[in-house]
Amino acid sequence: MAVASAPGTAEQPLRVAIIGAGPTGYYTADALLRQDRVVVEVDLFDRLPTPYGLVRLGVAPDHQKIKSVTVVFDKVAANPCFRFYGHVELGKDIGVDDLRRHYHQIVYCTGAQTDRRMAIPGEDLRGSHPATEFVAWYNGHPDFRDCQFDLSKERVAVVGVGNVAVDVARILCRAPEELATTDIADYALDALRESRVKEVYLLGRRGPAQAAFTNPELRELGELPDADLVVRPDEVELDELSRVAVERSQDRATRKKVDILQGYARQQPTGKAKRLIVRFLVSPIELVGDETGEVVAMRLAKNRLVATPTGTLQATPTGEVEELPVGLVFRSVGYKGIPLPGVPFNDNWGVILNEKGRVLDPETRQPIVAEYTAGWIKRGPSGVIGTNKPDAAETVACMMEDLARGAVLHPEEPDRPAVEALLGQRQPRYFSYDDWLRLDDLEVAAGRPGKRPRVKFTRVDEMAAALGRGPE
Amino acid sequence: MNIATMLASKGVKVVTIGPGHAIRHALTLLAQHNIGALVVVDGEGAPVGIVSERDIVRALARTEDILVQTVASIMTREVIIGTPQDDLVAVVYTMTERHIRHLPVVDSGRLVGIVSIGDVVKAQRDQYQGEVDTLQHQLLHDEVPKVSKAS
Repeated sequence: MAVASAPGTAEQPLRVAIIGAGPTGYYTADALLRQDRVVVEVDLFDRLPTPYGLVRLGVAPDHQKIKSVTVVFDKVAANPCFRFYGHVELGKDIGVDDLRRHYHQIVYCTGAQTDRRMAIPGEDLRGSHPATEFVAWYNGHPDFRDCQFDLSKERVAVVGVGNVAVDVARILCRAPEELATTDIADYALDALRESRVKEVYLLGRRGPAQAAFTNPELRELGELPDADLVVRPDEVELDELSRVAVERSQDRATRKKVDILQGYARQQPTGKAKRLIVRFLVSPIELVGDETGEVVAMRLAKNRLVATPTGTLQATPTGEVEELPVGLVFRSVGYKGIPLPGVPFNDNWGVILNEKGRVLDPETRQPIVAEYTAGWIKRGPSGVIGTNKPDAAETVACMMEDLARGAVLHPEEPDRPAVEALLGQRQPRYFSYDDWLRLDDLEVAAGRPGKRPRVKFTRVDEMAAALGRGPE
Repeated sequence: MNIATMLASKGVKVVTIGPGHAIRHALTLLAQHNIGALVVVDGEGAPVGIVSERDIVRALARTEDILVQTVASIMTREVIIGTPQDDLVAVVYTMTERHIRHLPVVDSGRLVGIVSIGDVVKAQRDQYQGEVDTLQHQLLHDEVPKVSKAS
């Protein structure tokens, strides 16, 4: 019997749909387009009109250098076999069934879009927010630009000492002039100019040796022009377990981190306008509200460290509790993915149910033909932007293996005109990569007078209008 | 990075065996799933030991009658158990120092996965590779403006 010819040739390219235009979406596209024996066409979809995911909407505005990775992404996008369809949402504008009609393979790269809860009483009091909402807000995310944060409060707690927590604390402690030359959203800059925040608490559950921030990030906190960094000597003194762990691991970076923190603990505040207080070995156990339901304080349990059987040092309460008066709380205690309509999910880890990137059927635990995942929605939020590159490569290796076995979809209409005709019905206002490049030029041009990298569009209608289209 | 990250993309398969099963059955499972160890669980599904290909090889070298004996007779009973929140660094150290090749992972009393030394090496490699790539890009990006200024 004549087998239908396998896709992957110039006549019949392998058509792949990637959902989510963050770093992982690009790394996946790149790994696919680099295949030398297989001709691939990649269509990259995003629910927002703009690409780059967290590089545009997560990375802090005062960390522009990290955003330079978009140069790499734009190179991928310049490949004639690449297309971008922005403002197209899976489950709303198009479904997995539609994708199956037009593509041989589908890859979900939607990231970890929601935060984990602290699971403590008072968590939902007014004035308590997920740190990611604040981040999305100051970065001009269209879905979060209208959020409100009461910056008239003088004392703010940021729960967590990871990347996001450190970013939030730093942005709150920056002088408005420092941010005025970044691409922070204008409305956020205006709000921060009115900010009365004086004290920001950064709260770590474990000790200084276990803190996730890097030494450059820590030094940056210590050198803020407008805020004194305050560290309590007793909280950066290493306990015996941490001391042994640091010594035997010969991890110079961690040793240095502890040294830096102990150095800060010896410094006296110099009377700057704000104070950034980094606390260790404390866990919030309750948010206390006033009669109007607004947060006024946080109850903190003090912790000590105990070793698990694998030698991990974990926090356990000592029984001692203190109260910290704060009027605003940002939680940043972890992130997880949001299930996609029609895609199996693993609730244990907050990721798509998968093995090495192959999406699994929840009943049979066997791979679902032609559906894949990569990045944070595959493994959970970990690592730096570049960590998603080997992760995407693993998924693409599985895709190529499956293609070689003939385990791909046999779509009825594997061509771009059919996809664009479908989008014409479902989301005629989709944005192409050329549209994005024009928006990019306009944003950069708007930034020039104020010596800013760009001034972002923060509403979809503004973006459409800038391209000469009417409102939705 | 923690163990949860390593388990998230490993599917949900943990191949287990009861302590009363014959070693021949253990061999079949190892071959069928192409893995190096089985978690031995009691009736409630709680881990009571681990049996690895090495345990079987060692037993087989002693006597060829081993295949009909029970898993309980050769399994390692003192098993180090991990939790999803355990740090990669700590796990790397403990597995290397104590020559452990498989770490069952339990969450709230439930067996949720198994991490092999191969998984740990891969997680570490991917982490370093990602960091190196990011640093290289940033260094390169730093140099570009300098060059253009000089010219």
